[in-house]
Amino acid sequence: MDTILEVKDLVIHYETDDGRVYALNGLDLDLREGETLGLVGETGAGKTTLARGIMGLVPDPPGRIKGGEILYRGTDLLRCSNAEMRHVRGKKIAMIFQDPMTSLNPVTNVGVQIAEAISNHEHLSHRDALVKAREMLEQVGIPAGRAEEYPHQFSGGMKQRVVIAIALACNPDILIADEPTTALDVTIQAQVLDMLRELREKYSMSMLLITHDLGVVAQTCDRVAVIYGGEIVESADVFSLFERHLHPYTQGLLNSIPKLNEDVDRLQPIEGMMPDPTHLPEGCKFCTRCSYATERCRTSHPVMREVASGHSVRCFRYEQEERHEDR
Amino acid sequence: MRIDKPLLQVKNLKKYFQTPGGMLHAVDDVSFDLLPGSTLGVVGESGCGKSTMGRAILRLQEPTSGTVLFDGTDVTACSKRELKALREQMQIIFQDPFASIDPRMTVSQTIMEPLIIQHKMDRRDKKGLERKALEIMELVGLAPRLVNSYPHELDGGRRQRIGIGRALVLRPRFIVCDEPVSALDVSIQAQILNLMQDVQKQMGLTYLFITHDLSVVKHFSDEILVMYLGQMVEKCESKRLFAQPMHPYTQALLSAIPVPDPRVRMQKIPLKGELSSPIEPPVGCRFAKRCPYATSACTQKAVLPREIEPGHFVACVRAGEL
Amino acid sequence: MNETTVGKARSLGADAWYRFKKNRLAVLSLIVLLAMVLVAFSTFVIDWATDSSIYEAKVITQDLRRRLEPPSWEHPFGLDEFGRDMLLRVIWGARYSLFMGMAAVFGATLLGGFLGAISGFYKTADNIIMRLMDILLAVPTILLATAIVAALGTSKINLIIAILISQTPTFARVVRASVLTVKEQEYIEAARAMGASDMRIILRHIIPNSLSPLIVQCTMSVASAILSIASLSFIGLGIQAPMPEWGAMLSNARTYIRDSWHITVIPGAAIMVTILMLNIIGDGLRDALDPRLKN
Repeated sequence: MDTILEVKDLVIHYETDDGRVYALNGLDLDLREGETLGLVGETGAGKTTLARGIMGLVPDPPGRIKGGEILYRGTDLLRCSNAEMRHVRGKKIAMIFQDPMTSLNPVTNVGVQIAEAISNHEHLSHRDALVKAREMLEQVGIPAGRAEEYPHQFSGGMKQRVVIAIALACNPDILIADEPTTALDVTIQAQVLDMLRELREKYSMSMLLITHDLGVVAQTCDRVAVIYGGEIVESADVFSLFERHLHPYTQGLLNSIPKLNEDVDRLQPIEGMMPDPTHLPEGCKFCTRCSYATERCRTSHPVMREVASGHSVRCFRYEQEERHEDR
Repeated sequence: MRIDKPLLQVKNLKKYFQTPGGMLHAVDDVSFDLLPGSTLGVVGESGCGKSTMGRAILRLQEPTSGTVLFDGTDVTACSKRELKALREQMQIIFQDPFASIDPRMTVSQTIMEPLIIQHKMDRRDKKGLERKALEIMELVGLAPRLVNSYPHELDGGRRQRIGIGRALVLRPRFIVCDEPVSALDVSIQAQILNLMQDVQKQMGLTYLFITHDLSVVKHFSDEILVMYLGQMVEKCESKRLFAQPMHPYTQALLSAIPVPDPRVRMQKIPLKGELSSPIEPPVGCRFAKRCPYATSACTQKAVLPREIEPGHFVACVRAGEL
Repeated sequence: MNETTVGKARSLGADAWYRFKKNRLAVLSLIVLLAMVLVAFSTFVIDWATDSSIYEAKVITQDLRRRLEPPSWEHPFGLDEFGRDMLLRVIWGARYSLFMGMAAVFGATLLGGFLGAISGFYKTADNIIMRLMDILLAVPTILLATAIVAALGTSKINLIIAILISQTPTFARVVRASVLTVKEQEYIEAARAMGASDMRIILRHIIPNSLSPLIVQCTMSVASAILSIASLSFIGLGIQAPMPEWGAMLSNARTYIRDSWHITVIPGAAIMVTILMLNIIGDGLRDALDPRLKN
């Protein structure tokens, strides 16, 4: 599969009153054509900064893009002008946010909001755009008759569907979904995820699904990247990751969630807490919480190593396993 | 089953709110018993009335009708003074560690406040109070150097520990835990759940554990009560509920949880539509509109919970045959 | 637990001060304003020490031979229409504007704060108090103050009362709004769950957490109170001649505006600078106290 979006060595910092926040520290990621890539991490790991970075929406100040490249079909988005980015945003890469309650304009009906997204990029008359907007509503499972209704008349799940309709209105190549179902109930979450999966196939998009829920990842994604302290610590296809989670952080994450199909008396949490993003550890970012950490982990920074086909991990423990043949 | 006397008995508890659209039935006729030292998990989706129920039991919100017996005392009929005395034994842990702690009070002030309010200790006994605060901080895993920190300097996990410490300082017997881990990151969640389990064992606490996260509730509870639109639809022992859910709503809810294992493909039971309104709900089963097995019998008269097998209550006309 | 994330304990107030200090313009304004307050205060000391002889001799006594003399080395601000030193008059005038403005706002804060807290906390009182405040708000501030002074007669106390009453509704609204927000916070419910009384909840939790908007409002209100005093004096209802109040000075000077610029510009500038400083400080405080700007 071809790579459609490639993030290379992306560094984004925020300059705040309390010091420099190291949000992303050399992040590498590639999204392939037609796949769903799950990005898993906790609060403060840099998930949302990455999404904003790709969309060219890092607030500056305080955000600063210090280096790296974001290649969309070979074009570096970081070098694009504002005008060029406007063509990319929405048309090529669309994004949906966590909170459907605040991402819709409360004083405009949903049909018009979708139509607006369409006419930003396509030269359609207002009437044609509205017709297309109604089609989009049907696509996301809302009767076209509700196009004249306002956001407050929709439930949370329905609003998220409207948000998705807006995102997909211009048939983008890439959809970035930042915790799209976190604010929703389980039964609604299941409906929305199913719908996203169907639409992704139908429109042959690629999707970057940002989440902290490993269950959602297991059920929705083709590949997974685990982010911690602003860098990817492990990436693999979904089956090998869940079968053989190598990085101590990934292991910790999986051990700390209670499982429905197993009974344990006591959970095994990851000790400690997220390091302060203004004072990240020098070596491995996870060394302060890792039970395997050695002196070397504290002083030198491990690189990503491919230990099996398509499975890379950033940890000194797997140095011996590195695949040498095809590098 | 133990033969203990229940610590908490909730009978026909109702809480209605007057809204412009009519009466909102937030909690409608819920009854259950809770044995000392056990944990009852309350699950349901947002708006099902689970938080309101927890607050009505503590009389943080006046129940519309029904009784709550705590160790034989009727909480709903207490005078103000009696209620204040009862508060010593019944506490609450909140969901949002950012909103539930006064931002202008230090860690030790927050933990000491209940002692002062309940006149357990003299407010002038600064040394004694601080010693007590440090004791509790150690119990909930807060480093002593944080004693004078303000909540805004701490992360969610630590704040939640303060909230737990504040609930424990009076040595209560019963705690309502209102989604205590939903606002926390996965790796912190496990720490807090373990802490809550440890103190439960140490102090013999009884928990009412309200959550929307089914995997957490299964791990944590002895018994589970499933709520839908203000009503109890199913209640039974935790393991049995997961092995053999009987109410169609419970079945659908369980089937919708994403399994963290890509090899297990979920067999989802699709639900039609979304939660209907709890304002002036129709008679009959409130789930009938979304239920794949609904018949005309479901909407004719109120469906009350029945004990299908010992200890397993289901509010469904067709329970047992499905 | 790891040791890296915790800094020194800093209360929200200290935090706000830290942010305020970063705003250079606001700090500069604060220094200027404090200097003005100090100068205004020193006039009381001088009057007390000299038994008001300087005040009598230089600030009030007229010297018609030298009227309207422009600024010079001897009199940097020049002399006014009765030959009195403008610099001294502006300095002595500061105490009326600043202290009376502050006194009025202080009273309005207490009264409005109390009414606002009650109506925010108790639903039944809310309607009565707030409708009353609405009526007061419906009348333009300066008109209301004019009416009150006209009714009570012109004196310094009446002037303060007039401004106090006309400022009260603003404070009541601000406090009520923030009490309503704070009241819904979970920590209030937590206090209730501990068995805390209403009084304790109001005093320990609600008031300290509703202070920020009140502080900002105070600063801004002092500015408008000073303006009201000046306006009332300008139309003759405030401070009476020969007391050197800025607004009154401005009013008396306007006949000579074509011939001598300095006697109108100087008191006008004094009013303007004070109000500007207060507004900059108010803006700075709002930014410093606004929790949204944190992180």
